Amino acid sequence: MNKVITTNDFISKLEDGMTIGIGGWGARRKPMSLVREICRSNLKDLTLVSYGGPDIGLLSSCKKIRKLIFGFVSLDLIPLDSHFRNARQSGELPEVVEIDEGMLQWGLRAAGMNLPFLPTRVGIGTDVLKNNPHIKFVESPYDDKEKLVAMPAIKLDVALLHVNESDEKGNTLIFGPDPFFDDLFARAASKTFVSTEKLVDSTSFDKEKVANYNRFERNLVSGIIPDEGGAHPTACNPSYGIDLDHLKEYSKSAKTFDEYQEKYLFVDEATYKKNVGGIKSITSIPLTKF
Amino acid sequence: MADQFTISEVCICEAAKVWKDDGEILATGIGLLPRIAVGLAKKLHNPDLMMTDGEAFLIDQPHPLGVGAEPCVDGYMTYSRVFDVLWSGARHAMVTPTQIDKYAHLNISSIGNYAQPKVQLLGVRGFPGNSISHLNSIFIPNHSKKVFVEGSVDMVSSVGFDADDVEPLIGKVITNLGIFDYQGNKNTLRLLSIHSTSSLDEIRDNTGFDFEIFSTDETTNPTKDELDIIRNELDPNNLRSSVIGE
Repeated sequence: MNKVITTNDFISKLEDGMTIGIGGWGARRKPMSLVREICRSNLKDLTLVSYGGPDIGLLSSCKKIRKLIFGFVSLDLIPLDSHFRNARQSGELPEVVEIDEGMLQWGLRAAGMNLPFLPTRVGIGTDVLKNNPHIKFVESPYDDKEKLVAMPAIKLDVALLHVNESDEKGNTLIFGPDPFFDDLFARAASKTFVSTEKLVDSTSFDKEKVANYNRFERNLVSGIIPDEGGAHPTACNPSYGIDLDHLKEYSKSAKTFDEYQEKYLFVDEATYKKNVGGIKSITSIPLTKF
Repeated sequence: MADQFTISEVCICEAAKVWKDDGEILATGIGLLPRIAVGLAKKLHNPDLMMTDGEAFLIDQPHPLGVGAEPCVDGYMTYSRVFDVLWSGARHAMVTPTQIDKYAHLNISSIGNYAQPKVQLLGVRGFPGNSISHLNSIFIPNHSKKVFVEGSVDMVSSVGFDADDVEPLIGKVITNLGIFDYQGNKNTLRLLSIHSTSSLDEIRDNTGFDFEIFSTDETTNPTKDELDIIRNELDPNNLRSSVIGE
């Protein structure tokens, strides 16, 4: 089955009010071109789930988010995201579910395992539970009778991921050192859309590569969008690092967003790439040292 | 004993000692000074410590900051694995909260009214789970009433000593003014030593709640060994000088 689609096809699969999970972590391997397409669309009232980076900042400033489920929002090299901060401080982000990163992992896992919840101690004794009264407790049925948090499944309508290579069937390879929680997003979602640096013929995959870098099955993948540089300005190891200069420009634009939108969002993705210096300049950004 | 040293260097040397008796666990120093401190701990106090490159690998030796050296990788530590490790308890972190209170609640989430914060910070990250799973020591570069708040922190991001069912695992609290722990009567904050550049009055004036006094001794001076490793090996470009205004 050939799952390669265009960005227009991709947007046509999304609907107002959907719950969308975004893979990657902070400013690392985010499917940013897909995020930008959502910014360019008329979609609204989305619930977003993310180990947040500039994906959440951009979608906040574009007022696409009705509810955000998150543990943090950070640009890595720049600790805080000015767009997300603006949205929170101005009260423009209608609803937040701020939970421990581990609870986020548990919620995605529960959804992927088709369970209503997974038990954990995490959250007890903190404002995470005070601020989220929908998260209930459960008592251990065993002799210990321990009171545990029942972290509810976070079911996703759609997951968005960015990978290094994919074939047209959705066999993907992630070469970056950390696969993050992308597999959990894919399992928690009804549909997963993947942007890929390279569209390849899987007959070129060798066993060792597949064993190390194929992190989830192709049956989870609904659509492939070939897009070299699609993670920019976040990192996509080993092809390119975080574009710190761009993130600085992005950070400054929280107050004067019109100009940033004009240059990077009111244009198509090909023009975006041109406006940030072209694909060669993206792929020559040195890998980030942490 | 060395003649001259900075308060940053005093803090790094004291911070490094928190991992001394931890055995073979994951040491995580979040922020510049804690990160240098982990390196010093590994070099001087506890060679069995596991430490990460800040990305996805365990490294055998701390690599110098800001020099771009390739670290010697000897293991794998993705974010997913960090959670597997931390829930087992085999980790000791050093973190810098924006606020801390008398119950040892930490806040890295937001300041002000939660519905519409005055200042949005990072978000709770892994603090709720960290606080009940493994030891957390604290580094505060700007000891003041804004940090050591009167009353409760604005968003309780980690468990405090007032909780019913669980107890926080809090180690040393190292600030630019002195060294503390939460081992006072009923887990009150307790002063262990005062840095040479500070005084008990200054600490009192800058702490928003009462604390016990175990000792008003001067904090131990760094040794020549410690300073040599910090200055020549771990932080040759003196990035540490930007952390505490001295």
